[in-house]
Amino acid sequence: MKLILKIWRQKNNQAKGELKTYPLDGIEGDMSFLEMLDILNEGLINKGEEPVEFDHDCREGICGSCSLQINGEPHGPDRLVTTCQLHMRMFNDGDTIIIEPFRAKAFPVIKDLVVDRSSFDRIQQAGGYISVNTSGNTIDANTIPINKHDADESFNAATCIGCGACVAACKNASAMLFTSAKVSQFALLPQGRIEATERVLNMVAQMDKEGFGNCSNTGACEIECPKGISLENIARMNREYLGASLKG
Amino acid sequence: MAILSSSIARKVAMALSGLFLVLFLGQHFTINITSVIDPDTFNSWSHFMGHNILVQFILQPVLIFGVVFHFVMGLILEIRNNNARQISYKSFKGNKNSTWASRNMIISGAVILAFLGLHFYDFWFPEIIHKYVESNPLDATRYYPELLHKFESPVRTGLYCLAFVLLMLHLWHGFSSSFQSMGWNNKYSKGLRAFTQFYAIFIPLGFIFIALYLHFIQ
Repeated sequence: MKLILKIWRQKNNQAKGELKTYPLDGIEGDMSFLEMLDILNEGLINKGEEPVEFDHDCREGICGSCSLQINGEPHGPDRLVTTCQLHMRMFNDGDTIIIEPFRAKAFPVIKDLVVDRSSFDRIQQAGGYISVNTSGNTIDANTIPINKHDADESFNAATCIGCGACVAACKNASAMLFTSAKVSQFALLPQGRIEATERVLNMVAQMDKEGFGNCSNTGACEIECPKGISLENIARMNREYLGASLKG
Repeated sequence: MAILSSSIARKVAMALSGLFLVLFLGQHFTINITSVIDPDTFNSWSHFMGHNILVQFILQPVLIFGVVFHFVMGLILEIRNNNARQISYKSFKGNKNSTWASRNMIISGAVILAFLGLHFYDFWFPEIIHKYVESNPLDATRYYPELLHKFESPVRTGLYCLAFVLLMLHLWHGFSSSFQSMGWNNKYSKGLRAFTQFYAIFIPLGFIFIALYLHFIQ
């Protein structure tokens, strides 16, 4: 498979970036998108050129590190997959592929395709936890009965890997789907109710402070999310937030 | 009060003001459709709306506040949203994951606002001048002839129809979206969405029908 790659190159956070064109040959359909970029980088290194920087870690769709905007969509044209799980069979011989970093004011570019997503970490730190006694008297979570629906919903919310595709897909660069998933996974469980009020107020305040946009319910985040996180989480967070605000 | 400056509170305020305007649209349509069914009823209801103290001095200012608030809040949200992505994508395929109507509420909203300017110029300002500046004597039969006169022009009729198409797109996303903003997303949401989408088509199409009817019967 022959491809024309147009890749965003940017030396550092302050430099002005641009799309650079790289022709690439010998790509097979069974390769992952990241393997394709590995081949490109090998070629660049062999020619003495600087390789393209991109984030990756587990390469099995769990860590949420890989974060590429591919042909105008986060994680590319396939659904419910991360970039590392995207296969080159989704493209055709002779295709031009435009690869850009996830764009948001709260995700500044570090270099090339690598962005700083520590804003997500700070949202988590603002309330994405529960306080548990770990001094030896810890109560087994399984001793607390939880109905299956809530347990399933909580688990589904907890599958969010924090990749940032929701922000990248949203026309407003909103982080509502991510934040709502992190709020929901605790709000649905009895252990999470204790700190529910402070959690949602603090996490939303941090989300706003980071400079993410507002949700306008286009639903793009839900479609592009590699883990299928539902918009119901955003509605739940809105309810939690309004209730917490009235409670004080 | 942190709630007043939070993104969620702004969205809820936007949703509530939008729902209020949706209710008003239904009421406006109910009165206007009588111009097709029975002009005497139209005259009678219009006269009531134009001279009832509660409508004129409480509901009307609340409505104007609702429109201005919805517009100003929409503008504030749009500016903040644009600021959240300062460098645009070279390639962005919004159509792959969302509808045009949902992504362009500011465009449909701006067209509706421009239409409101024309609508005020056509009806509201002349009405205010007629009643409160010129202090003309009461005439409960003048409304239907005035309405007919406005729809003589094919250009004006066309502009009204165009604005109603944009209103349709605005309602198509905005009406159901307002419930999501207020935290309403459950097993009833599918039925509610069907109702909001029916309303989004029925009301603007009804207004288009009225405008065309009044134009072509002349």
